[in-house]
Amino acid sequence: MGLLSFFRKEKKKNTANLAKERLQIVIAHEHADNSKKSPDYLPKLRDEIVEVIRKYVHVSENDVNVNVEKGDDFDVLELNITLPENH
Amino acid sequence: MSKVIVVTSGKGGVGKTTSSAAFASGLAAKGHKTAVIDFDVGLRNLDLIMGVERRVVYDFVNVINGEATLKQALIKDKRVDNLYILPASQTRDKDALTTEGVESVINELKEDGFDYIVCDSPAGIEKGAFMALYFADEAIVVTNPEVSSVRDSDRILGILQSRSKVAEEGGTVKEHLLITRYSPDRVEGGDMLGMDDIVEILSIPLIGVIPESGSVLQASNSGVPVVMDKESKAGQAYMDVVSRFLGEDVPMRFIQAEQKKGFFKKLFG
Repeated sequence: MGLLSFFRKEKKKNTANLAKERLQIVIAHEHADNSKKSPDYLPKLRDEIVEVIRKYVHVSENDVNVNVEKGDDFDVLELNITLPENH
Repeated sequence: MSKVIVVTSGKGGVGKTTSSAAFASGLAAKGHKTAVIDFDVGLRNLDLIMGVERRVVYDFVNVINGEATLKQALIKDKRVDNLYILPASQTRDKDALTTEGVESVINELKEDGFDYIVCDSPAGIEKGAFMALYFADEAIVVTNPEVSSVRDSDRILGILQSRSKVAEEGGTVKEHLLITRYSPDRVEGGDMLGMDDIVEILSIPLIGVIPESGSVLQASNSGVPVVMDKESKAGQAYMDVVSRFLGEDVPMRFIQAEQKKGFFKKLFG
């Protein structure tokens, strides 16, 4: 009997545990990716800001940088505009 | 106060429609005026599970487009008082459901004194699924003890808490985990994820575990919600879910592996 159950255990793997480990890893990764992702409104916000600035100064689209930095308690909206030199 | 509950999962084939039908029928059987809406535009099936497929005249999209009134489209269940079904349309137009249209139907149901509005979501994370969850106060996330289903449930939970109306207004949708097609024997044998593992991974409260059971297929074959089969374990487990949802303290059942009969018990027991 002891010998029999020894062989059975050898053959049978606990795949449920494997499933749990794999899920925990993949879900943790996906959560990390989601929190790093910048909000979907950023490109539109940037385009509109470029439009407003162009009413006064000519800037190219690459001169305007919009970014969101995640903090612990708050997020920071970072806006960086490079003005042309000979303005 | 009416409550809107979405039954959702991300993944298809896990039992959303079966669960919606059982849950809505259970709520109605307990005396609450309940409407169950099929959001699966193009692939309607709730009518079949509820056994009302031959009574469909108008559907959800007809009401949204003003081609029929809500009263004309709602099908009153003949077995349970207080239960009404709003079937999905079979149109292939993906944009048939609009936020305004869905909102007006839900508001009209609330004004008509419905206590619970159960939204049966289509699979996926496309427009239909989004529409089904957008107005939800609470969500029942249907999950099978299987890796792809658990992962998809996690995704849909993320969407619920970021893109639903309640979330947009700074609130939280109340979440309930419903595990279906559970086989305690296979869990004990180590080849199926256990309920505790799934709860740990998704970290939302468990409202019930429905055992894998032949009675679910029998119920859908005959178009009778499985809660009406008082003998079936799955039916009883669904009824427990309804009781827990209504605030009763009911212990989980059918989650232990059946006792294997020993040789002598088989002979003499």
